Amino acid sequence: MTHPTGSQINRDLLHPLFNTSWRFYLLVAIFGGIVLFGLATWFTQTVNGYGVTGIRWPVYWGFYVTSFVFWIGISHAGTLISAILRLVNAGWRRPVTRCAEVITAFALIIGALFPIIHLGRPWLAFWMFPYPSERLIWPNFRSPLVWDFFAINTYLTGSLLFLYLPIIPDFAIVRDKSTGLRRKIYGALALGWRGTPKQWHRLETAMQIMAIAIIPVAVSVHTIVSFDFSMAPVPTWNTTIFGPYFVAGAIFSGIAGLLIAMAVLRKFLHLEAYLHPLHFENLGKLMLVMALLWGYFVFNERLVTYYGNEPAEMSVYWRTQSGTFAPLFWTMVICNFVLPLILMGIRRFRTITGCVIASIGVVIGMWLERFLIIVPALGHKYLPYSYGIYRPTPPEIIVASSTFAAMALLYVLFAKVVPIISIWELKAGEHPSPELLPPATEEHRLGDLHL
Amino acid sequence: MKAVYGLYPSGASAQQAVNRLRAAGLADREITILSAQPMEDFEFGHIDKATYMWWFACLGGLVGMSIGFGLSWVTEMSWPINVGGLPTWAWWPNLIIIFELTMLGAILATIITLVVTGLLPSKGQTLYDPEVTDGQILVGVENPVDSRVGDFQKALEAPNGARVKTL
Repeated sequence: MTHPTGSQINRDLLHPLFNTSWRFYLLVAIFGGIVLFGLATWFTQTVNGYGVTGIRWPVYWGFYVTSFVFWIGISHAGTLISAILRLVNAGWRRPVTRCAEVITAFALIIGALFPIIHLGRPWLAFWMFPYPSERLIWPNFRSPLVWDFFAINTYLTGSLLFLYLPIIPDFAIVRDKSTGLRRKIYGALALGWRGTPKQWHRLETAMQIMAIAIIPVAVSVHTIVSFDFSMAPVPTWNTTIFGPYFVAGAIFSGIAGLLIAMAVLRKFLHLEAYLHPLHFENLGKLMLVMALLWGYFVFNERLVTYYGNEPAEMSVYWRTQSGTFAPLFWTMVICNFVLPLILMGIRRFRTITGCVIASIGVVIGMWLERFLIIVPALGHKYLPYSYGIYRPTPPEIIVASSTFAAMALLYVLFAKVVPIISIWELKAGEHPSPELLPPATEEHRLGDLHL
Repeated sequence: MKAVYGLYPSGASAQQAVNRLRAAGLADREITILSAQPMEDFEFGHIDKATYMWWFACLGGLVGMSIGFGLSWVTEMSWPINVGGLPTWAWWPNLIIIFELTMLGAILATIITLVVTGLLPSKGQTLYDPEVTDGQILVGVENPVDSRVGDFQKALEAPNGARVKTL
């Protein structure tokens, strides 16, 4: 295991910013093309009306709301994990945090887009804003959808700032290495950073406060997303377990998203010296814990419904257990529980490849989980007159799929303009000698913390 | 002369330079130190640590909480619609709005405090050298009294590996 130091870190991590290969343009062209196709499809849907989708009575929430919950869940990877690792001062976090925080920012932006897509008339989205209109009509603060608006916007603001703050010293590094217009742009982004002890202390204090503030906000966001369901009188939805169940699922899918992003960055940006197998192993163990927790929640949810034996709920229960949705349900169980349990539970398989395979499984499984919460219940409510089926149409599939390309595109562009691993934090991890290390800054070094 | 400063390859030599400048009669606030990373392993890295940022964050949280309370109270009471039999202003749902705006207030107050106290340049303090980016630690004096420049230069040259420059 190699540990680059000083100017080597600068050279390695600034390389993608100053050198552009044909691969970058190819990736931008591919992902950009898919995103444009998705945007054109959304535009067509807006012009032609919501009838082009498969969303109709009684299933009014389909692919778009599934994808909304999915992306908000993925967003929990970054800021939450980064904040926890910062607060416990885990030394091995240093190369991981920024990769994670970026996922949060972009996944939240994409996730927040879905309610607007789902509106059908996106130009009316401003109705959610609490502004003094002529008729003094305000949003209904008792509606979970307005809670969503406030929670997601608070989390998005906090996450963007939490991402930006530790980039400021790195912007200063890029500024010093640049010339011309690039220097001016990075100079403006660095906000006059010089690196005085006062600036370092203020920055670290601000990061501490942000880390403490962002954890309850992150938990609240997915709890509130779960309230969109659990506040509604729909079979299997009106349950108290949804809050923690959704939060656990969000962290679970978030870790999977982070592992995939780290593996791709490691491979394409040649970051083998920074993202070690140990980082994957530690996050893999965390994913194993979350898989067990997810299994525990599903078991609870299923068993309580079964023992409650309420006819409408049992009807939805059997539809997912052994009816129409059974293939999707059991695929979800394999992807979210069996696969991570085998690959992350057996040490021999807990390699980078093993982590990526398990993570892809979890991402698929968690998307299915959200779909299985929404569609079977909405299509089989209390009275037979409200029974119905949902078949997604090509526009929905294209729009939902193109957001994965949007995520990849945003990530590629970000890695082109910002060092994807925090340079100053890596350098700060190099202490001259253990005797000089004040107890206050003692931390778990890379390799010392075995989860 | 605008400034006299030295560039040092290690924290230990920078610490020596700081100590010598102090011995030459300079107070901590008159010494400029720049580094590409936090230098908490050294005494000079702990200069100017005290901050009211936590208090401002709490204050921001209180302001956010008040806005959340006021927004939900004023809007709901001025347009009293019965929703599901809940009171016109109900604690449970409004607590969510109040919580989110409290946290938003704390976050924004933290950022404003950081910008005002840490990032806005102080008058006459603009000394910088791009070599800091490559790992050099800068220790210097800005706007020194001309008669003392020689003393400061001597103090800055003493540690191992020092490269002294003037502006």
